[in-house]
Amino acid sequence: MKKNADPAWPDEVHALLQDADVRQVAIVPDAGHARLIQLCEKDKSMRVVRLTTEEEGVALLAGAWLGGEKGVLLMQSSGVGNCINMLTLPIACQFPLPMLVTMRGDHGEFNPAQIPMGNATQAVLEAMGVMVKRADSAADVPEMVSSTLRLAFNTYRPVALLIGQRVSGAKDFRKLTRSGPL
Amino acid sequence: MSGLLRRREVVSELLAPRGDALVIAGLGAPAWDITNAGDHELNFPLWGAMGGAAMIGLGLALAQPKKKVLVFTGDGEMLMGLGALATIAVQAPRNLYIVVLDNERYGETGMQETHTAHGVDLAGMARAAGFAQTLVVRTESGVSRLKKAIYAGEGTLFAQIKVDPQKLPLVLPPRDGCLLKNRFRAAVLGPQAAQQ
Ligand SMILES: Cc1ncc(C[n+]2csc(CCOP(=O)(O)OP(=O)(O)O)c2C)c(N)n1
Ligand SMILES: [Mg+2]
Repeated sequence: MKKNADPAWPDEVHALLQDADVRQVAIVPDAGHARLIQLCEKDKSMRVVRLTTEEEGVALLAGAWLGGEKGVLLMQSSGVGNCINMLTLPIACQFPLPMLVTMRGDHGEFNPAQIPMGNATQAVLEAMGVMVKRADSAADVPEMVSSTLRLAFNTYRPVALLIGQRVSGAKDFRKLTRSGPL
Repeated sequence: MSGLLRRREVVSELLAPRGDALVIAGLGAPAWDITNAGDHELNFPLWGAMGGAAMIGLGLALAQPKKKVLVFTGDGEMLMGLGALATIAVQAPRNLYIVVLDNERYGETGMQETHTAHGVDLAGMARAAGFAQTLVVRTESGVSRLKKAIYAGEGTLFAQIKVDPQKLPLVLPPRDGCLLKNRFRAAVLGPQAAQQ
């Protein structure tokens, strides 16, 4: 497998969230966000809000902004599908909403069920009027996160950063099978 | 007369002592109800985003822990976002009060029956999720108790008010989302709202 995973990017992203004064971190976990979630959970200036579905995060962060707090929404690309109608809120009311989306159904995917939503993620977001950016190497992630936060908070809109599957590496199901049950 | 509570009277009574409370309303009738009680800069009535009202209340309650946050919504709207009950119960903000105006109908779309007309117990779901206080209100004295629980007590509270499925004339709030957001933030944050 191509060695592209740079373990430092979640730490850099966490520092960027701190710098941006992000207080609410809304999550449905993805393996690609595991370290970033850990860092946010340890950070007393941030509140991690675990969601049952990603659209809750879209509504949560509209409420946060109404009350003067900034937030960020972390999810995997399949969660984008759960958000579509709720995106009405940040679009119609111009709420800042940075979304950091780790891609599945992308580079080297093994699981057929990840393909339909992963392949449609960008088109679906853009159809709703969400600005979409991409980072396809670990080295690009911090700069693209910084740009996503600035676009969202300074220009009052939802902005999604799609973090490509090349960054965290495709999940190797065959290897996981060999090492025991999931 | 059905003997059931009337939603506009209930909402007006619950909002009468509102002070600096922050108020969210779910789309449709609950938005008309809070507007009927008096359009207000600290109202954020929804025109869409069905299923999102309680979660907006959560984000707001976490951001403004010293203010009371009241969410008025419909049974249909709450049913669309039931997971929020679990998410809110885990966060358990003491300043969040969710009030479901349960007419057992999707009123806005032609009064079709919702799940609560068929035995689904919304307050029971909130209790099972872990809300500190849950109540079902059917009477005037119940409304008075709820009012006291909101203004003299702490959340996280979930109230399900059984109301008459009346068809009422619409009382429309402004529908420009940016206007609603900007006036709300200016009222909560002052001039700093424009600098954030
Ligand atoms: C996602 C979505 N599905 C359906 C609708 C149509 N719709 C608008 S209001 C409403 C019913 C709301 O019922 P409830 O929350 O119980 O309010 P009531 O009018 O009964 O007080 C529905 C189904 C919608 N606006 N959005
Ligand atoms: Mg109803």
